[in-house]
Amino acid sequence: MSQAIALPTPAATAANPLRSLRWALADALVVAGRHLTHLRSVPEKLAGMIVQPVIFVLLFGYVFGSAVTVPGVNYREFLMPGIFALTMAGTLVAAATGMAEDRQKGIIDRLRSLPIARSAAILGATLANLAEAIVGLVLLVICGLAVGWRTHTDPLRVAAGFGLLMLFQFAMNWAGIYLGMLARSADSADQIGMTIFMPLAFVGNTFVPMQGLPGWLQTVTNWNPVSAIVQATRQLFGNTGAMQATAWPMQHAAWVSLGWSLVILAIFAPLCVRRYRTMATK
Amino acid sequence: MSFSTTSSPAIEVNDVRKRFGATWALRGVDLAVQPGTILGLLGPNGAGKTTIVRILSTLLVPDAGSARVAGLDVVRQADEVRARIGLAGQYAAVDELLSGRRNLEMVGRLYHLARAESQRRASELLDQFSLTDAGDRLARTYSGGMRRRLDLAASLVARPQILFLDEPTTGLDPRARQEMWQAIRALVQGGTTLLLTTQYLDEADQLADEIAVIDRGTVVANDTPRALKASIGGEQLDLVLPDDANLPYAAALLERITDRVPAVDGEARSISVAFDGGPRTLTAIVRALDDAAIAAEDIAVRKPSLDDVFMRLTGAPTSETMQSTSHDLVGREAA
Repeated sequence: MSQAIALPTPAATAANPLRSLRWALADALVVAGRHLTHLRSVPEKLAGMIVQPVIFVLLFGYVFGSAVTVPGVNYREFLMPGIFALTMAGTLVAAATGMAEDRQKGIIDRLRSLPIARSAAILGATLANLAEAIVGLVLLVICGLAVGWRTHTDPLRVAAGFGLLMLFQFAMNWAGIYLGMLARSADSADQIGMTIFMPLAFVGNTFVPMQGLPGWLQTVTNWNPVSAIVQATRQLFGNTGAMQATAWPMQHAAWVSLGWSLVILAIFAPLCVRRYRTMATK
Repeated sequence: MSFSTTSSPAIEVNDVRKRFGATWALRGVDLAVQPGTILGLLGPNGAGKTTIVRILSTLLVPDAGSARVAGLDVVRQADEVRARIGLAGQYAAVDELLSGRRNLEMVGRLYHLARAESQRRASELLDQFSLTDAGDRLARTYSGGMRRRLDLAASLVARPQILFLDEPTTGLDPRARQEMWQAIRALVQGGTTLLLTTQYLDEADQLADEIAVIDRGTVVANDTPRALKASIGGEQLDLVLPDDANLPYAAALLERITDRVPAVDGEARSISVAFDGGPRTLTAIVRALDDAAIAAEDIAVRKPSLDDVFMRLTGAPTSETMQSTSHDLVGREAA
């Protein structure tokens, strides 16, 4: 025990902001690596992540899809952007329970007792969640292509669509982690997360066009952040069909979705970091 | 570091207070731990032990008072403190979904050790804690004792000068406890300063150079185990009766003769009391019992245990665990 290891002290790194930023990123990547290793340890987690959306595609695409017709487009093409967005939004629940579990098990305390950047633990978790979500998204795309989903626009728009999906996921991620830091337990994080997720996912245009809804409900769904990303990706992929959006947020869905994601990030990222800091006063 | 010379205490706590809502968890705690020694922080559940450890390891900010670890203020120099301490918690903070080896490597990387150095250190620690065979298995397959050892190993990755162990053996079976004790003793031989919390009297007695007894948020005694036991004075008399009918009467008798308040355990039908150890008092006790026609199942005279000290200081053995442990201790000493 007497031999010392030369540790780069935080004081030394703090003196150079660029170096400390590099360490913060490096620490976040180590934490992210931990989360990604879990996928290898618990393959059923990855399986669960994939199976549910595939079931949604089959269930909605073929079972309900046989009863729903969207003018000008194959229903399964109309459906896929909804499933993409649903899956991205759903990571809110996983992020919340993951964080609550790490808190319960003392892993957050372990990280907080280490001389690492305050943001590294949270940033690491969000990056890992994003990486997982991208894997899920790729598999969903393959699944979508298999059931006949196609894009009908230029590569730039398609790329923008996936970019918006990932940004939306990243934003929801921070909201989920904040919830996980507030929740009493992993179970309660899961329940609160689902309570937030369900209306977001289903009170909107995810599975059906909104034109059939009563007026007051349309106002709500028009401003639902999930509706915005669904409509945005439908537009960017060319899956909207013949129906024209009339409401302003739906006409400018890509910008509204970008705005939503940035607002959610701007609210929850600082809240997360602050909460992480003030854990020490509770 | 010029400010962490060997002459100043490795851990220094001055009038630290902490409140959770309306309850004061700490009501002004003072402690000093010399470098290379073990302080046992002994107290029942809810006494404030964990709160002290959390404050010293920078996880919690005190409401008042100050604390220095390795000469550094735990609030203002928290980052520097973190680079010098190790923490192993009551709830083993290992990642169950990583292998033991990956757990240690991850901590090494977070201490900014190079990858090769992290791997080397992980192997070394797995070896040191007899986990080499299990090193590549997921930690969730480990037994309770193995998990605690892995947690301890994780706290040692960066060779901390100062180590905090919060109830390192709570919930372990006797064999795993013995192994943990061995590991802890070996550490301190290497010069690490250690603050250990425990609700087991024998654990503090076995491991600590000094014991601070904490009760309801204050330190009620702070001395070497030997001095604490001596402070209660003389000898301890244990009287066991065949049934509990005469317990209160016998207790009153003992109190009158020894002028000390005896501790009565109804379940074990036993009474414990401190006395001067002289044959005259002993004879008086035996005679008084005889006169009252109280038959004793057993009478034993022994040196006071820490349990007696604890009861004297806090009025009662405040937790179940403490009580059962104290009986183990008495039993072993009597044997």
